[in-house]
Amino acid sequence: MTMRSLPRRLGVAVVVAVIVAFLSIKLNTFRDYQIAEIAVEVTAVAGLTMLTGLSGQISLGNGAFMAIGGYTTALLLIHLSWPFVAALVLAGAVTAVAGAVVGVAAARLRGPYLAGATLLLGVALPSVAYAWPGIFGGDQGLNVAFTTPGFLGATFPLTRWQAWVSSLVALITLLLLANLYHSRIGRSWRAVRDDEVAAALDGVNVAAARILAFVVSATCAGLAGALLAIVTGLVAPGAFTITLSIALLTAAVIGGLGSLAGAVWGSLVIVLVPTYVTDVATSHGLSSSVGSNIPVAAYGAVLILVMLVFPQGIQGGLRRLLTLFTGPGPKTRTWHTAPTPPETPSADQAQASHHEKEGTS
Amino acid sequence: MKRPNRLRWQAAAIVTVAALAVAACSSSSSSSSSSSPSSGSSSAALTASAPGITSTTITIGSHQPLTGPAAPGYDEIAPASAAYFAYVNAHGGVYGRKIVYKYLNDAYDPTTTASVVRQLVLQDNVYAIFNGLGTPTHLAVVQFLNSEKVPDVFVASGCECWNDPTTYPETFGWQLDYVREGKILGQYVKQHFAGKKVAYFYQDDEFGMDGVKGLDDEIPASMVVSKQSYVDTNVNVAPQVAALRASGAQVVISFSIPAFTALLKLNSLKLGFSPQLVVSNVGSDPITLSGLLESFAKQGGATVNGNALTNGIITDDYLPSAGDTSNSWVALFTKVRNEYDAKAPLDGNMFYGMAAAYTFVQAMLKAGRNPTRADLVSAVEGGLPQGPMISPFAYSSSDHAGATGAFIGVIKNGVEVQQGPILTTDTSASGAITTYTGSEQQAPASGIPSP
Repeated sequence: MTMRSLPRRLGVAVVVAVIVAFLSIKLNTFRDYQIAEIAVEVTAVAGLTMLTGLSGQISLGNGAFMAIGGYTTALLLIHLSWPFVAALVLAGAVTAVAGAVVGVAAARLRGPYLAGATLLLGVALPSVAYAWPGIFGGDQGLNVAFTTPGFLGATFPLTRWQAWVSSLVALITLLLLANLYHSRIGRSWRAVRDDEVAAALDGVNVAAARILAFVVSATCAGLAGALLAIVTGLVAPGAFTITLSIALLTAAVIGGLGSLAGAVWGSLVIVLVPTYVTDVATSHGLSSSVGSNIPVAAYGAVLILVMLVFPQGIQGGLRRLLTLFTGPGPKTRTWHTAPTPPETPSADQAQASHHEKEGTS
Repeated sequence: MKRPNRLRWQAAAIVTVAALAVAACSSSSSSSSSSSPSSGSSSAALTASAPGITSTTITIGSHQPLTGPAAPGYDEIAPASAAYFAYVNAHGGVYGRKIVYKYLNDAYDPTTTASVVRQLVLQDNVYAIFNGLGTPTHLAVVQFLNSEKVPDVFVASGCECWNDPTTYPETFGWQLDYVREGKILGQYVKQHFAGKKVAYFYQDDEFGMDGVKGLDDEIPASMVVSKQSYVDTNVNVAPQVAALRASGAQVVISFSIPAFTALLKLNSLKLGFSPQLVVSNVGSDPITLSGLLESFAKQGGATVNGNALTNGIITDDYLPSAGDTSNSWVALFTKVRNEYDAKAPLDGNMFYGMAAAYTFVQAMLKAGRNPTRADLVSAVEGGLPQGPMISPFAYSSSDHAGATGAFIGVIKNGVEVQQGPILTTDTSASGAITTYTGSEQQAPASGIPSP
């Protein structure tokens, strides 16, 4: 199965990369910036959707992991002038360690207690920046300079380069997560999520599986934080509030928990809806006190609507619609069903190709 | 055979939908950008001389806290500026062009600021960013604006950091900077409260720290018994107020935004602690403050009289007091407000927004009939008349700071009353504070500056 599906996923990733590159050249430079913002969001949400959808653990603290990644990157770029790729890798590594530490504690907690513990992390960690303003720049944070490499020429827009870098990292993350999803580790996460006792009886090390899921999700958040640092050019505590952690979870839920394609849909909604609604509100000449609150209301309305119409998120809804058009087809699967038995490999492949192809946007 | 086909079909459908969605999102932008660089040949003299300038319009942008912790009070500023621009547009505009003012909400969050300012510059092609509000927020975009060579005029923050012509040639301050303000308040406290115990309460960022720097230039360290800071994301300031009370301070100088001035006052009240409050201009508008005090107290289940609580607060101002009805600027801005922004309260924030807009119109008139972006920068560097300001601007090619002086005011019955003369100074520790002897300017009868 993996022998055939890995080259296929790689192929899909290349196609997606070409489409993103094409879009980034066709669209204006602000759309490039939005592509970069979406890629940042996708990177973080993909990790979270694996954690919550697959291993069944909830985290309200992934914004804090993004902060760790962001500050690590900023400090390395500012003080040691590291190349971004190196800073990105180290940011991922540092957050992986942080994720392991939190994961050890999290593996002992369930449901609301786990949510509470991670909430604490999300609220408290960004405040560390205030405690050592000399290092972290306090409230106004650290400015990160990021420029286009010389070989692209002086006229190459910075936002396009940011979009390329972020999308590349997001794609690689999605590719790796897709492989993990279909691997033994992904199956052990699903087994743990569905029934810990049964999983343990089958020889799965439940605690290790749960901790590993936390490490993976924290690493993704760390990479996203590193990308955010170079996209906005700033790491400040105001960027990593609890609102961010909740927005990440919202994106995962809206898109469809446990689905990588869903992570992409959710990110699109979270990034594009507020801008679009603001544009509509201002172009209709609403007073600023009304207009400025409409995006917040729209966000809530979208969340409620999606949950009512597509309880399994956008991806779940799309899958249902596709089934309507094409008939039941090969054994369709939703995120909460058991792993597909090896006799029907095509279903797994179908899903894999969905995930990555929808990653286009 | 059948299965791969279906797969391919599904994938193609998804890719198409995604591409269409992205294309749909971009359609609004492409239509707006095609309309902005208009030919301009129809009206002979006026041309599309710069991004954001057409033969009929000047489009400028801003980031403002319309929701979030800094919104109370500050959300009136941009609508007031827009009202003044509407007044100018209705009376002939700037060389016949109408000013289109697009201000977006950043909720006082630097990441959102980074995003909305890129939208204004990269997508909406604004000519300049005008009056972007907030120190931490504007710091998130100042590098971007300067690298894109977008004029960044009259930042709505008194951070000394905007005055850095070498690093930020496009950026200009406008209001009195916090160092000058701290010095003027500090001198007053030193002279009028000699021998008393003084404490500071300040926002933990450039705003508060610049203010403290100015205060420390004037107030001897031996007088200061405590320095407490807060962050604007944490509304629990009870520990800081308890520390101020424990220090035995008789005078508390506060560099705070309005919401935190109100929290300081209410927490002090709860502890039976009533020092003389000295509040920086930013956090002392009497009407905003009184409204906040009443609504915060109501949330806590208590009833207070806002005006009674603000009575006696010492502050400073670089614009005429909004309560001074005999002032020609107050008369003008009240008239504009009644016509274009009638629901807004007649307070210092409204006055601030209009005064900044007035300065912008002055600068645009000076920049010429068909200005480039560089023309606006050199117009401001050439110096501007002080207009509604009570002291001259510092603008020159080597100085991008705005107002240079203020008077001390005391709040009485919800109105700020001037005490003593207008004082001007510079930002250096040794720079003297002198009484300003020049006269204030009167508002033009037309309400619009002359070119």
